[in-house]
Amino acid sequence: MSFEQTLSGWGRWPRRACMTAPLQDRPVDPAQGAAIARGLGRAYGDAAMNPDMTLMGASRDRILSFDAKTGVLVAEGGLALADLLAVFVPRGWFVPVTPGTQFVTLGGAVAADAHGKNHHVAGSFGDHVLWLDLACADGTRRRCSPDENTDLFNATLGGMGLTGHILTVALRLVPVTSAYMIQRTIPAGSLAEAMQAFEDNLDVTYSVAWIDCLAQGAARGRSLVMLAEHAAPDDLIGALRDNPFSLPPRQQRRMPMDAPSWALNRHSIAAFNRLYYKAGARKTQAETVDYDRFFYPLDAIQDWNRLYGRRGFAQYQCALPLATSYDGLLALLDVISSAGAGSFLAVLKRFGDGAPQRPLSFPIAGYTLALDFALSPETLTLFDRLDEIVVRHGGRLYLSKDSRMTRTTFDAGYGAAADRFRALRRDTGAADTFRSLLSNRLAL
Amino acid sequence: MTGAGKASVLIVGARSDIARAIAAQFAARGHPLMLAARGTDSLAREASDMSIRYGVPVTTHELDVTDLAAQAAFLDSLDPLPVCMVCAVGTLGNQDRDAKDPQAIRAIAEANFVGPTTLIEAMATRMAAAGDARAIIGIGSVAGDRGRAKNYIYGAAKAGFAAYLSGLRQKHVNTGVHVMTVKPGFVRTAMTDGMDLPGALTSSPQDFAKGVMRAYDRRATVYYDLRWRVLMTVIRALPERIFMRTKF
Repeated sequence: MSFEQTLSGWGRWPRRACMTAPLQDRPVDPAQGAAIARGLGRAYGDAAMNPDMTLMGASRDRILSFDAKTGVLVAEGGLALADLLAVFVPRGWFVPVTPGTQFVTLGGAVAADAHGKNHHVAGSFGDHVLWLDLACADGTRRRCSPDENTDLFNATLGGMGLTGHILTVALRLVPVTSAYMIQRTIPAGSLAEAMQAFEDNLDVTYSVAWIDCLAQGAARGRSLVMLAEHAAPDDLIGALRDNPFSLPPRQQRRMPMDAPSWALNRHSIAAFNRLYYKAGARKTQAETVDYDRFFYPLDAIQDWNRLYGRRGFAQYQCALPLATSYDGLLALLDVISSAGAGSFLAVLKRFGDGAPQRPLSFPIAGYTLALDFALSPETLTLFDRLDEIVVRHGGRLYLSKDSRMTRTTFDAGYGAAADRFRALRRDTGAADTFRSLLSNRLAL
Repeated sequence: MTGAGKASVLIVGARSDIARAIAAQFAARGHPLMLAARGTDSLAREASDMSIRYGVPVTTHELDVTDLAAQAAFLDSLDPLPVCMVCAVGTLGNQDRDAKDPQAIRAIAEANFVGPTTLIEAMATRMAAAGDARAIIGIGSVAGDRGRAKNYIYGAAKAGFAAYLSGLRQKHVNTGVHVMTVKPGFVRTAMTDGMDLPGALTSSPQDFAKGVMRAYDRRATVYYDLRWRVLMTVIRALPERIFMRTKF
């Protein structure tokens, strides 16, 4: 039951013909060659691709149990956050941490140790996982938790599927009293103002900034800092107050074709950024938005990755330690704006403390910057220059977004933890059993 | 949504992706579910999934549809008699291997034809005796519309199944038992996962199930989605001498 098909990550580069088969709920057969599990394919690069065998896991999406007293959900690893939310938001529960798309699976969120706009208060996805069942290299199925198979548990959170196949996940949901968010926007005319806005609002649950990566001079790093809390029914108006979980019907749009390569250039993006900033800066009053629009604005456009044309795109997401964040971000913005490259989707976010016990978990206390770029040879050259700045400032890149960093950059970013992860892979046999293009590239 | 007042729906072959998707549609309407298949331990997962998602009671029932002697006991155990039975039993087999193995051909015929028709016949009789409006939905396949080199053993069994349903529908035209034939084309399922399927002819199990429910609501006799109806009309119309040389 295996077939070849062409796979790529969300960035549509690289693309490779991969043998695929359904991921089964059974022990790994050590005699079979190395494989990697894949969920909804939302990692941007090559994390869920193995030309020899990629195991498709998204149809393993059964909900196995839910405790309405504690909010503990047990489900198969292929369950998409979109499905989870559709079932549980009307009952007053929300995911404790969500990335910027709901089209990721539980297994994918675990493998990436995904973070969200509430990282500074809630940590990453792994902080809410009670346990998980892992199909390990030795043919066993192991329950891993903070108390049981602890090293494996920690390595699996952020481990990009390289410690075993994530079969089942137990997650604690958080209670909410409506499907809505109260959001306000703080315009920040410079990077310093934007960072100050984050530091002044560390007690707000959700915060994120859209940053104009092409603004120069005094306006360098100007941003719209968006802050939000879950709304209570009393915050809502009219009929919503009695029906706080009813959502407006959502229009699904689709990107019908690849955008031509000339559509996105420094002039069109700079013009968009100017208008967007001005529009946002006027909107300083609090507004009510449904959770879908707040957390997943891009999910409304199916296949939005085609915006960047046929050659695909890459996202550059780095995290910098707090102490070097300001200097590092300025240096990054200088290089980006002088290269004239940039994107609509440039995001700045304050991280809370990281999870050093998890070797490959991305967040560290400080700031993270994420930018999309259409792929071209110039982009890859630019990324190399950005790498130097990130490494010089003690930062690191996010594996879920990466398709091109070198082992040197990776090792510099993750330090001794990278070798700890390699040692665990060697000792458990995972190194020979779970492999992806990403693990080959980074010699994990 | 407790399912109170709604009548139960029986899904036979409940582990297949199409059956799951159709079951979900019924559950979303508040119908309690009876899930039947071989190996009830793994059905427990389907049951918990459906009952948590849709808040309806779900029971599981052990059934090997090819074990003809066990069918009466199975039907007796259903309480109440379901308002609708969806029969999604079947196995694709492996054409090249099966063609050389009489036992395999027999197994394909039993799983896709003998077992399901025997069960449906008995169920239709019970439903007719109950006297009120009930329905049987049989999941066939476009593979039964014309024998193709790729899968003609499976196709032949499905062709027989389709002819059976057609006859049963005629027999029960006045009894209140509605018989609907469903013919999936390419649906992305565990059976076809990974095949490079032609996108325009492929639907997700969820979309397909929605189409089945629309057809069920208007008491359609045969359901396949429009693109396939057009394609298969053309395929069926091809003279044999031409068809035999095509790659389809």
